Amino acid sequence: MVEFHSPAAWEIGHKGRKLTAMKVAVCVKQIPDPADPGALDEATKCLKRDTKLILDESDSYGVEMALQLVDAAGGGEVVLISMAPNSEVNGLRTALAMGADQAILVSDDALAGSDALGTAKVLAAAIQRAEPDLVLAATESSDGYTGTVPEQIAEIMGLPSVTFAKSIVAADGSVNVQRQTEAGYDDVTCPLPCLVSVTAGVVEPRYPSFKGIMAAKSKPVDEVTIADLGIDAGSVGWAGAGQEIVAVEEAPAREAGEIIEDDGEAYQRIVSFLDELKVI
Amino acid sequence: MSVGTIWVLAEAAEGGVASITNEMLAKARQLSDDVVAVFGGDGAAIAEQVGAHGAGSVLATGDLGGALPGPSIAGAMAAAIAGGAAPAAILIGTTYSGRDVAGRLSVKLDAPVITNIVDLADEGGLVGTEPIFGGASNVKTKFTSDKPGIFLIRPKSFEAEATGGGAAAVNALEVPDLGATGTAVVTNSFVEASEGPKLDEAAVVVSGGRGLGESDKYELIESLASKLGAAPGASRAIVDAGWVPYSYQVGQTGKVVKPDVYIAAGISGATQHLVGMKGSKTIIAINKDAEAPIFGVADLGIVGDVHKVLPQLLEALAARG
Repeated sequence: MVEFHSPAAWEIGHKGRKLTAMKVAVCVKQIPDPADPGALDEATKCLKRDTKLILDESDSYGVEMALQLVDAAGGGEVVLISMAPNSEVNGLRTALAMGADQAILVSDDALAGSDALGTAKVLAAAIQRAEPDLVLAATESSDGYTGTVPEQIAEIMGLPSVTFAKSIVAADGSVNVQRQTEAGYDDVTCPLPCLVSVTAGVVEPRYPSFKGIMAAKSKPVDEVTIADLGIDAGSVGWAGAGQEIVAVEEAPAREAGEIIEDDGEAYQRIVSFLDELKVI
Repeated sequence: MSVGTIWVLAEAAEGGVASITNEMLAKARQLSDDVVAVFGGDGAAIAEQVGAHGAGSVLATGDLGGALPGPSIAGAMAAAIAGGAAPAAILIGTTYSGRDVAGRLSVKLDAPVITNIVDLADEGGLVGTEPIFGGASNVKTKFTSDKPGIFLIRPKSFEAEATGGGAAAVNALEVPDLGATGTAVVTNSFVEASEGPKLDEAAVVVSGGRGLGESDKYELIESLASKLGAAPGASRAIVDAGWVPYSYQVGQTGKVVKPDVYIAAGISGATQHLVGMKGSKTIIAINKDAEAPIFGVADLGIVGDVHKVLPQLLEALAARG
């Protein structure tokens, strides 16, 4: 369990209105550019991350949501939380340029090979340093897409959580969330502090302004190791993974299909094809 | 042929249990003689259905009183395991609540989750298969500890065949005190109205992507879907752009579909999308970029402009009546 300060402690006055400032931690992942096809390292069976990493687009929604929530609360702070090899800050600078205030980056060679649970342990410990009212994360990353890290972080920190949020409104020490469901959505109420995972596409992430990009260069990035976080190297990385890849195999390829260039009549081939398939 | 007891997380859906539940039960009973459905709700309500699909018994929490189900179910499972229950594997569907259960349970047991699984086999211990790079390669993973193996299973991975078994015996599963982690409460549920067949059950799916150019042009997709009795779908790009709701999304995030016929219009075929539709029986793709990856999986590929081909196609179909 992690002790949090009470959200009420952030209450400030401004021009006679009582406003509650909000501290939001946003988990952001820095990933290889998805436009480049990925590859596995032969020896380690890990995703190769030898190019410059960028901000996972999925996380830009959480950053935007955090900025809007802090704005709506009348003040506060957005702290980015990231774990990446080689002290990578390229993606963090993008989110700082959007308006986030500071970042905590965990970079440590011992983290190579960490699975989702190991990653969640590290991120939870880093988030604890920020003591936020609210933790935001994407529902899943665009490269690993396990989709379990947000809920694992919440459980490690002893926090309630709402995953797959379409919208978040914070008021009176709790959040009201529209949560995606199979059939539509649920209204969910959850007391702060808590964790919410944000579905992509629910807000329009702002483009960093020139001023924002310049300001981002001097915003603080607190780089820490797992020792700083009090984490045992044996519980993360390869040692802590608890699973083993036994094989990587080429999947059988689909047989090549019929490809035709549209000469203005190609639609007729679709009609005859649908006819053959008895769809029409 | 048995790997030991397998727990299958049962989820409710309109008219009974979700299809993913029946799919996992079918796989579980191939691997084990002792298949138990675990349910966050009234066990009697699903006993007949899960019994017919191969579960010998149901462990049920009873009504959760509006709490978000994930923490309660994970807490109850962990308490049962601490009390001596020893499932060899726990199969959980890759659904909204399923991922919550898997994440919470993983921490409680200090055990990893093997995710995005499309196949499971007993190779002296359970080995899960996960497709990567849009299905170009398969990674096979097993657990290295003797803790229960938590597997998150993708929908539509297995055929949901009934066995004709009788109603499963219902046993109580106690939810322990969850402290703060159990405080998220559902206050209202909304069902988004949708016409026509459901996306993940339709025999024909017509999906549109960024190649449509602008949101108004999604009408072409809806018209074609309506003409073919199909469900309309979308790539993540246009869902993110706000053209259509998230419930339309086909892909890694979103729905996995395996219709008889899948028509992709203006979709390039990013990994994200291919993962969700590659299992379709027949794929028709229309895209103006001849190099688009979607043509790599298409049975019929038209290299052309969707703004020309779709209206022509609609006209031709209308002329047929």
